[in-house]
Amino acid sequence: MAPVKLYPPRPEKVYLFGTCLIDMFYPEAGLDAIRLLEREGIEVIFPDDQTCCGQPAYTSGYHDEAREVARAQLGLFPDPWPIVVPSGSCGGMMRTHYPQLFAGSVDEALARDVAERVFELTEFLVHVCHLPLEDHGEPETIAMHTSCSARREMGLADTGPALLAKLGQVELVEQVRASECCGFGGTFAVRHPEVSSAMVEDKTQAIEATGAKHFVTSDCGCLMNIAGRFAHQGKDVKGEHIASYLWRRTS
Amino acid sequence: MSAAVQTFTPKAFHRQAHDALGNPQIRDNFRRAMDGLMSKRRDVFSDWDLETLRELGANIRLRALAKLPDLLEQLEANCQANGIRVHWAADGDEACRIIRDICESHDARAVIKGKSMVSEEMHLNDHLEQAGIEALESDLGEYLVQLNQQTPSHIIMPAIHLNTDEISEIMHTKTGTERTRDVDYMTAAARQQLRERFMAADVGVSGVNFAVAETGTLCLVENEGNGRMTTTVPPVHIAVTGIEKVVEQLRDVPPLYALLTRSATGQHVTTYFNMISGPRKADEHDGPREVHLVLVDNGRSSIYQDDELLDTLRCIRCGACMNHCPVYTRVGGHTYGTTYPGPIGSILMPHMLGLEETKDLPTASSLCGACGEVCPVKIPIPDLLVRLRKESVGEGRGNVPGAGVKRSGKEVAAWKSFQWLATHPAAWRRSTALAGKLQALMPSSIGPWTDHRTAPKPAKASLHALVKRHRRGEGEA
Ligand code: SF4
Repeated sequence: MAPVKLYPPRPEKVYLFGTCLIDMFYPEAGLDAIRLLEREGIEVIFPDDQTCCGQPAYTSGYHDEAREVARAQLGLFPDPWPIVVPSGSCGGMMRTHYPQLFAGSVDEALARDVAERVFELTEFLVHVCHLPLEDHGEPETIAMHTSCSARREMGLADTGPALLAKLGQVELVEQVRASECCGFGGTFAVRHPEVSSAMVEDKTQAIEATGAKHFVTSDCGCLMNIAGRFAHQGKDVKGEHIASYLWRRTS
Repeated sequence: MSAAVQTFTPKAFHRQAHDALGNPQIRDNFRRAMDGLMSKRRDVFSDWDLETLRELGANIRLRALAKLPDLLEQLEANCQANGIRVHWAADGDEACRIIRDICESHDARAVIKGKSMVSEEMHLNDHLEQAGIEALESDLGEYLVQLNQQTPSHIIMPAIHLNTDEISEIMHTKTGTERTRDVDYMTAAARQQLRERFMAADVGVSGVNFAVAETGTLCLVENEGNGRMTTTVPPVHIAVTGIEKVVEQLRDVPPLYALLTRSATGQHVTTYFNMISGPRKADEHDGPREVHLVLVDNGRSSIYQDDELLDTLRCIRCGACMNHCPVYTRVGGHTYGTTYPGPIGSILMPHMLGLEETKDLPTASSLCGACGEVCPVKIPIPDLLVRLRKESVGEGRGNVPGAGVKRSGKEVAAWKSFQWLATHPAAWRRSTALAGKLQALMPSSIGPWTDHRTAPKPAKASLHALVKRHRRGEGEA
C-alpha cells in the first residue's frame, strides 16, 4: 500500500517526464497530457535531455546500468516544480525505486527530492489540478485497464475512473477481474511469452465481454500489450492512453 | 487422469508451463479454485481493518526474526522443560536421519503424517521408504496426491489441481471405492481408510505453524482433525519445522492465526487449532508418550544473514500469494517443479536449490504486485524477486547460491547499449527520430511478442519532436 501522500496546491509550472514508450510509440499521448495541463494554466517544462527512467534494466536485475540511466534523469528537474509522469509504471519506478537505487550514494538526497516530486498524470489531474472536464463527445461506454504499478505500487486505482466519471456522456464499464495484470510486465512478456499471452488473452476477453468498443489505460506498456492482442485477433476494440481520450472528448 | 507418474523440475519451467497452458483441465481447475479463494478472502476481511492487522502481523514476525537466535534457545529450553525432546538439523538430510533414527529406536514400521511442507521440502517420505518405513499422509489432499504418486500443487490445498472426477478415479483405482461424484461418499471412504491407519501407526509426524518460545508450545492449524489424530494417537509424535516458525510470546499467536486462516482459505477460524505442550503426563489417559521437535535450517540461516532477503523468513505459509498470482493461476503449482510453488516459492527455492536450478522462477512474474498486496505479513515479494534477478545476473551481493548464473555476454552488451543510448540524450533523440523514419524497414515480427500480438509501430515523430513543434505553434489540431 502506497503511503498517504499530501498533495501540494496547484503549481505555476510542472515538469513532464514523457517516458520512453510514449516518446517512441505514443507521442500524441504525451502531447495530450501537455495540452490538458496547459489548458489548466500550468506551464509545462519538457526537459529535452530526458530519455528513459531506467526501469527495463532495473526489473531485469541490471541495476548498475539502470542506476546510470536514472542518474542521467536526476539532474533534469532543477527547480522545485512537480514532475508529472503519464505512466504508473515509470512513475512508480521514479517514486519508489530511485531512492532505493541511490541509497547510500552521493545522489541519494537528489533521488529522494525527485521521488517526492513525482506524480502520475491522472493522480496529478485529480488531486492537484482538481481538473474540470466538459465532455463534447457522443455517448459511449468505455472500459479501463489501470496498470498494476498505478494500482498497487502507487496506490492509484481510483484516479483514472474519477476522471472518466467527469465526462458526462461516458459510461465506464468494469470488466471481470479488473485488478488482474494484463501480462505485460516489461521483459516478462519476452522472457515468458506463453504465460504472458495467456494473460493478455484473458484480459482482452474480459474487456470484450463488457461490450465496450474502446478502452483506455494510463500506461503505454499495457496499451501496447492489450491493443496489440486485439489487433492481432482482428478485433474491433481500440485502445488509447487516457490523456488522449480526455483531450479528444473535451477539446 | 492418474496415468504415468510425472516428474517436474524447476529447470523445465518453460516446457511445463507450455504443457499446463495447453491443458484445459488444469487451466479450469486452477482458475475456479483461485477465483473462489480470492473471493472468500475478500469477504472474510471485509469488516476488518486489514491494513492495521497486516502491520501487526509483519511486526510480530519481524520482532521474532530480530531475536531469532535467542528465541530458538528459549524455545529449546522451554520445550525440554515440558518434556519435548529437541533436535537440530542443518539440512533436510540430517532432519530425515534424525526422524528415521527416532522411528528405528521404536522399531516403527508405519508412520502417519499430518500436513507438513517442511517434510516435503526434505523428501521425508522417500527417505523413510528407503529405510523400510512406510509414511502415510493423512491430510485428505496429501493423501490423494500420495495415492496418485504426485507432489502437492499448492501449499495449503495440495490436491487443488484435481477435480472431482479425477479424485474419484484415483480413489477407485487405488482404494477400490465406487466411481462417483458424491464428495461426501469419497470423504467418508477416505476417512474410514485413514482411521484404521491412525490406530496402527507407530509414529505420528506433523508440521508446526507457530512454535512459541515463551512457553515451549507447538501450535498446529488444521481443518480435518487429522492433525490432532497424528499428534495424539500414535505413541510417538515428531513435530518438524523450519527454524523461522518461532514466535516470541503466546499473545503473538492470535493475530497471526487470524491472518493465517483468513488469508489462506477465507475462514474466520479453522475447525481445529492444536496447542501441543508436551507428552502424556503420568495422570493422563491419552496422548503420545514421547514428543520430539526437529528444527530444520536447510538454508534458512543463510537467508537470515542478508538484511533484505531476511524478509523471506517472515512467511507464515498461508498461500495467499499463489492464490492471487496471475502466473500461478494459469500454470498451476506443478509447473514450478519445486516444493513451494508460486511467489513464495520463487523467492524461497533459489536459496534451497540454487539459482542455476531455479533461474526461471524469479523472472516468472510480471511484478504486478498482487502477491505483496495480499501477503498477511507484508513481505515485499516483488522487491525480493527483483533482488534475485539481480543476483542471477551477477549484480547483487553474490550471497545466493548460483549467483551470476544468468550473466551472459550478449545480455550484458544489450543493457550496456541501452545504458549508453539512454545517457546520451542527443543520440537518443536522433535514434527515436530515426526509428520513426525507418518505420517501413522495421521487422514486422519481433519474436515472441508478435506470435500473439501485433507489434507496435514506432511513431513518425517522437514526443521530443512533437513538443518542439507544439512550442513553435505548429501541428496543432
Ligand atoms: S509469502 Fe506471504 S502470502 Fe505467500 S505464503 Fe508466505 S505469508 Fe502467505
